[in-house]
This record gives sequence, C-alpha cells and structure tokens, in this order.
Amino acid sequence: MTGMSERLMGGGLGNTKISKFRPVAYIVPPLVAILFQVYVPRFASYLSYLELPLLVTVYFALMRRQPVAGAVIGCAIGLVQDALSQHPLGMQGIVKTLVGYFAASISMRFDVENVALRFVLSFFFFVFHQFFLWVLARGLLGQSMDLQVPQTIIFAFLNAVVAIPLFLVLDRLKTEEL
Amino acid sequence: METFLSRYRNLSVLLLLVVAQLLLLAYQVKARDDVPLIRVWAVSAVTPLARGIESIRGGTGGFFQGYLFLHDVQVENILLKREMGALKLRNRFLAAELAMADRAKALDEFRAKTPSKTLPARVIGTGTGANSRVVFIDRGSTDGVKRGMAAIAPEGIVGKVVAAYRMSSLVQLITEQGSVAGVVSQKNKVRGTLKGVGANTCVVEYVQNEDKLEPGEWFFTSGADRVFPRGLPVGQVKMVREGRGGKEVVVEPSGLWTGMEEMLIVLDGVHGLVPPPDEPASREVSILPAPPPETPAASELDAASPDSGAAMTDADRLKERYQRVVEGQGVHLGVKGAIADFNRAPAPARPPAVPAATGAAPAPAGKVEPGKR
Repeated sequence: MTGMSERLMGGGLGNTKISKFRPVAYIVPPLVAILFQVYVPRFASYLSYLELPLLVTVYFALMRRQPVAGAVIGCAIGLVQDALSQHPLGMQGIVKTLVGYFAASISMRFDVENVALRFVLSFFFFVFHQFFLWVLARGLLGQSMDLQVPQTIIFAFLNAVVAIPLFLVLDRLKTEEL
Repeated sequence: METFLSRYRNLSVLLLLVVAQLLLLAYQVKARDDVPLIRVWAVSAVTPLARGIESIRGGTGGFFQGYLFLHDVQVENILLKREMGALKLRNRFLAAELAMADRAKALDEFRAKTPSKTLPARVIGTGTGANSRVVFIDRGSTDGVKRGMAAIAPEGIVGKVVAAYRMSSLVQLITEQGSVAGVVSQKNKVRGTLKGVGANTCVVEYVQNEDKLEPGEWFFTSGADRVFPRGLPVGQVKMVREGRGGKEVVVEPSGLWTGMEEMLIVLDGVHGLVPPPDEPASREVSILPAPPPETPAASELDAASPDSGAAMTDADRLKERYQRVVEGQGVHLGVKGAIADFNRAPAPARPPAVPAATGAAPAPAGKVEPGKR
C-alpha cells in the first residue's frame, strides 16, 4: 500500500472515527444552507449554482459514518428543499436520501478528514445528485429536462471548492469522536 | 424475517425511505394534487425569516452597500476614503431610493394603464435547488393570489404562480426549464411557444423555417396559453436560424431585464392587442392587415338564430332534422308510447319568425335548411 493510498484509507479499514454533534448542529446548518439558497441568489445570482443543502448532507453523512443516519438526514433536508421549490415532494428527498446513504457507506472505507478526498467526494456527489434529479424528472415525472453536462461539471467543481472551507467550519461543531 | 432485517438494516431503511417518497411522488402525480401540509410547514418556517431579512435589508441596504464600498476605497487611500465613502454612501443610498421610486412609479403607471386587474408584489426570496429560477413573493392566497396566475412587469412577462400559500406565493420565472407561454411576433405575426431552458434566455418553438423572423423583432403574448393576457411584451429575438424541425429562435425575456424586485400578479386578465410595429413587416413576405373584429351583435344574432344556418354545425342540423321528424309523426320524445321512425323524411321546415309589421312572405323550406340531405 502506497503512502497516498494509506492516507486516503485512514491507515486501515478499522480506523473509522464516528463524529458526534449536538442536536442543534443537525438543525441550524441545514436551515442556514436552505435559507442561503432561498435568499442569497436574489442579490448575487452567480451564487445560485451553490447547492449548500447537498454539501451539508454530504458532510453529516461522511462524519456520522452511519448509512441510516446519512439517509435520514438527506431525506429530511431534501424534503424541506422540495417544499420550497416548484417540484413535487420527493424529488430532492429521494436523491438526497441516496446521497446521504452512499456518502456514509463510502466514509466507512476512507479517511474523510482528508481535504483532497473531501473535494473529490463533493464533486462526485454533486454530479450524482444532478444526474439522479434528471433521471427522476424524466423517468418519473415525464419532464423534458436537459442534462447540461459541461455546466454540471463546472458547478460540481465550484461546489467542491466551496465544500472544503465549509467542511472545515462544520468540523468546529463536532463535540467528540468515537 | 427479524434476522433478515437486522442483517440488512441499512439497506432496509434506505429502501423504506425511498419507497415512501416514491409513493408520495406517485400520489402527487396521479392525483395531480399537492401535499400541502409539508409545504405549508416549510414555507411558514422559512418565509417569515426571509421577510425579516428583507425588511432589515430594506432599512439598512444603503448603509451596508456603502460600508462595503468604503472598505474597497480604504485599500486605495485612507484619507480619500472618509470623504469619498461618505459621498458614495449618500449617493448610493439616494440612487437606490430613486431607482425604487422610479420602479414603483413605473409599476403604478403600468398598472393604471393595463386593462387587467393586477396586484403589486415584492420578491422576498428564491426557490431552492442549484440554478433555481423560481421566486417567493410577499402576496398569498389571502390577497387573492391563486395558482396559475400570471406575473408581469412593465417591461414584459415575468412568470407564473405555481403555488399560493397564505402569506406568500411561489412564482416560476419564464426562464425556468419547463415554463411555457404562447407568443406571437410583432412584425410578421409568427406564432410559437416560448419555452424556458434554465438559462437567461428562452427559445420559441414550433416556428416553421418558411416563417419570416428577424433578430431584434419583438414577441408578444398571444393569449393562447390561457395564462398571460394577449398583447404583453415578452422579449426580443436575439438569434434566429433555420433548424431541422423548424426555426431555432432565441429570445431575451424583457420582463427580467431590470432585475427582480417588484412585479404585478394578474388577478383578472383582460386580453389586449399586440401593438403595431414601428416599421412595417418585411417586403419579402406579403401579410394582409388584420381582419376587423367581429361585432358582438352579429355573433349574438348568429348564436341566437340557428335557423339562419350561418352558425349551425352538422350536429345542429341533424338535431333539427330529428326534431322535425318527431314533430311530423306526432311523437313526444322521452314519453312512453310510440317510437319515431327516423328513416322517414322529415316534415318541411318551419319558416323563420318574421315580424308581422313587415308583412314579408316566409322563406321556402329549402332555403332555410342549407344542410339538406
């Protein structure tokens, strides 16, 4: 095993720390992320590409390292997002449930404190999120949405860039690691 | 079973959550209904916060803008900063106030001019989702806003109300993917369907390659979508070229040019007319002037007297023939007894009612019934 892969694997599969947060930490950051999406793009439309609720979902799923917790957090955030959009309830909910589940599953195998890995995972899950939204819109709702691949990749990159400082800020909300 | 669930606990929970949401989605799609409870909770939780932030911003917006600007100047020159900052702060504040007053005045003038009944509304937030093109406004069902109402601005159409809550509503902008509007071009009267593509521009579909359309030409609402009243500006053609299935037309919506601060919700739409163009249509294409509108009296007359035959359909004529068959055989429809023979020739048609004063002779039956079989 090379040094790089050892760092990414966190020195072995058994070395998986589960982070704990105060209950308020599960409410305030998602609410702030959703409020950000509701309010900020009004004045800075170039920030509308930011999918902060997704990044918060990914963060909690990665740090909790429990697929059930990840799925539940993703489901809750997604449903609130759906309620504030013109889409039927469940679109964002289903996709974020899957994101939360898979992010938590992946976190059991990797060292999620690693900045490079956080960047890659944020990038990957943004693309995953947009792709599944497109699939659901076309497959389940019969909407003729276009998947704009170059735009999605650029947005995924920008979201991944934002994810790094955001995750560092959210790291401060941790109370303990088991 | 218990062992199975405990062994595949994670997967079971995932499946449970996904299936539950799929069922929720299926219910909404099948019943074409919403689940208002969750939406009302979420909107009630978020919109007061957005409203509060908006009020604070409205009161202190000029100060914050000026303050941030002051920081930029400070980097360049500390001495100049104080003087310039104060002036710019004041200038920006006044400019913002003036712009707001101008917008409000323009909106008021437009509102007074438009025949439709409208309600002014203010944007208080945007919808969630990356690159979302929906906005929350501060008017809801208590103000008379309903789903499906049009949102317009003096510059052009803005969007459509997709959800109306008690104190706020969600407006889907015309640029959002999936939003549509029936449009007609001003000069060449080319009809099409305006579609949002999730960008700052829209496309107009179903325009034939043979149709004449020029860049810079204005599109107006045609009223065909039953959402936007006819005659409202939509936008200017930015790009037009021939495509495989028809012309590819890109339009820049004019309603979103000046930013999204205020808009009017059309409570009761009245169709207007598309204003005539400043320059005539291209000479390459011959277009007749629009026909004069039908007088209401004539239409009412046609509708009131089907005997004239002018406004009669085949079904009307058939119904009239059967009525004459029944009357000729002395049979009463809907009453137990004799059955009419509809294969027999009907009795001659009754002459149309003629005012006694004129003393004119009744018209022959053959002339009264143009659809004689």
